Amino acid sequence: MNLLEIRNLKMDFGIGPDALRAVDGVSLSMGVGETVCLVGESGCGKTVTALSIARLVPTPPANYVGGEILLNGRDVLKMPKGELRNIRGGVVSYVFQEPGASLNPVFRIGNQIKESLKLHKPEKATDEEVIRLLKLVGIPAPESRIRNYPFEMSGGMQQRVMIAVALASEPKLLVADEPTTALDVTIQAQILELLHDLKQRLGMAILLITHNLGIVGDMADRVAVMYAGQVVELAPAKELLRRPLHPYTKALMNAVPKLAGGAERLSAIPGNVPRIGNFPPGCRFAPRCPIAKPECSKKIPELVEVEAGRWVRCPFWK
Amino acid sequence: MNETAPIQDRNAEPPLSPWQLFWRRLRQRRIAMAGGVILIVLYLVALFAGFVAPYSFDRLDRDRFFHPPTWPRLSGFHLVVPRYEQLPGSFHYRAVPDDTMPVHFLVHTGKYKLFGVIPATLHLFGTGNENYPVYLLGTDQFGRDVFSRLLYGSQISLSIGIIGILLSFTFGMIIGGVSGYFSGWTDTVIMRLCELIMSIPALYLIISLRATFPPEMSSSQVYAMIIIILSFIGWASMARVIRGMTLSLREQQFVLAARSLGQSHLRVIVRHILPNTFSYVIVAATLSVPYYILGEVVLSFLGVGIQEPSASWGNMLTAAQNTEYLRNYPWLLAPGAAIFVTVLAFNFLGDGLRDAADTKS
Repeated sequence: MNLLEIRNLKMDFGIGPDALRAVDGVSLSMGVGETVCLVGESGCGKTVTALSIARLVPTPPANYVGGEILLNGRDVLKMPKGELRNIRGGVVSYVFQEPGASLNPVFRIGNQIKESLKLHKPEKATDEEVIRLLKLVGIPAPESRIRNYPFEMSGGMQQRVMIAVALASEPKLLVADEPTTALDVTIQAQILELLHDLKQRLGMAILLITHNLGIVGDMADRVAVMYAGQVVELAPAKELLRRPLHPYTKALMNAVPKLAGGAERLSAIPGNVPRIGNFPPGCRFAPRCPIAKPECSKKIPELVEVEAGRWVRCPFWK
Repeated sequence: MNETAPIQDRNAEPPLSPWQLFWRRLRQRRIAMAGGVILIVLYLVALFAGFVAPYSFDRLDRDRFFHPPTWPRLSGFHLVVPRYEQLPGSFHYRAVPDDTMPVHFLVHTGKYKLFGVIPATLHLFGTGNENYPVYLLGTDQFGRDVFSRLLYGSQISLSIGIIGILLSFTFGMIIGGVSGYFSGWTDTVIMRLCELIMSIPALYLIISLRATFPPEMSSSQVYAMIIIILSFIGWASMARVIRGMTLSLREQQFVLAARSLGQSHLRVIVRHILPNTFSYVIVAATLSVPYYILGEVVLSFLGVGIQEPSASWGNMLTAAQNTEYLRNYPWLLAPGAAIFVTVLAFNFLGDGLRDAADTKS
């Protein structure tokens, strides 16, 4: 059994004729201990998909209209509140983009880690355990750090504390939503290295949301590329980076600056991500696609397995 | 993992907590500190009223109605008070020359109960002789010592402010937090209710609420009633402000982070959102205490609050309603001065707290 199995998830914002489809038929599975990257531009539905795993998108305004999210074989969308609270933190933990904003400014960091322990491992809610966790995430002098307030720490330190909070309950799945976007490059590398290291030591799965393709190669086993609420390509990370199949993925890769590339102008994808509720008919990437054909605008293409483990939502991938 | 541990300077001062920073900024504000010190003194005196007051609040001196204030003066090494004799036919008094009695400190005179439970007879000062009373602020129309009644009255007037604030702010915070956090129809219902309460002029509301309680009640029942009435009116404005702050706080990522750990809605509100409003709440509470004190004064002044012979600042002022009395016996206004000082002290302290809590200044 897979740890996580998202099947044909459909989620609207709003109800009735004004409903906006934010997630449209996303399917994704993750095995135990696997690292999957969710890649895509801003506003393509990565974050709401990830938050849906613990049903953290408030309903309303969100409205789940179809599909299922199986976490350990149990459908999160049909779960009673009590069980939902147990899996939040207990099975799946989150690390968010801005570490400074994720920590409560008025509490000492030691207490915030302890709070996570109290909820899920009440017998381990001790200073010793907090110190052990801070050591685990590589915070120097944890004995004195537990009495710090978040504002007394740097961004990288804060993110390490957030990771400690997330790890305290020993989750099976860690969802990291752009964990390094707010940090500078050297700290980014440290945090990613930490995540990689922790994954191997603790054997948890990581769902890493990013729009940085550079991270994908270092971290991921598999990659899902999202565009306008849909998964457009799903493939093992190495193969995807070596040979992207979907035109959108290709365009994304071309937009990454290359060291050997010299001084020529960076290629960018023309146009913008279509606004939610204003998707073009047919293939949603068609208006920006370099290889678009007239029939692309007629019908939304299916996500099909074109090679072993490689799924693409484009009939003209060759 | 390559450790890049910063070098820890062991002699460095530990970083200041937000409370330490707050305290440091508050200390720089002299007026606020003065207000704070005055309040501490007032509350200490109220706590030990039985000890500081030379007489009981209901002791009647039938020979000395409207007795003027007697101030001890220094004679040799002793503080002495003169004896006053009443001029015939009126409530006018005259000090008898060369007939004095020394004032002693820590004397055993009338019985009282310290904190309302411990029986005691020790008083801070007194002459121990009924014919040589020490009436620092004179007596009222029943010959009761105004100073002693002022102290006993402060127990009621000052504690109503604090207890009322605790009650109404607790409710206001929780209700406002729930309202802002859940929004939607919960919010609409609660906020319309707040507006309803706030739209009725407070004085009418106080009096009509008073009418819902039975006219005859014991002193402690009246005390509880006043607190309930004032809190019932007071929670609404607090709830509105907290609701507004919650609306912005709930969008903060740490709320989502707390939810993602599996914390319940109520726990997120109480543990994570409301503590972020404390710096505002402490200031607002300090600035609001005077309204509760004044609320008690109004109720008692109108004769529907604390009943005689119990003393409160409000019902003591009732005696000063009469202009005839006011002209002849101005010391009856002493509770007014006490209210003035208390309200001013709370406002000074509140202003200082607000400045200290405002990190932008």
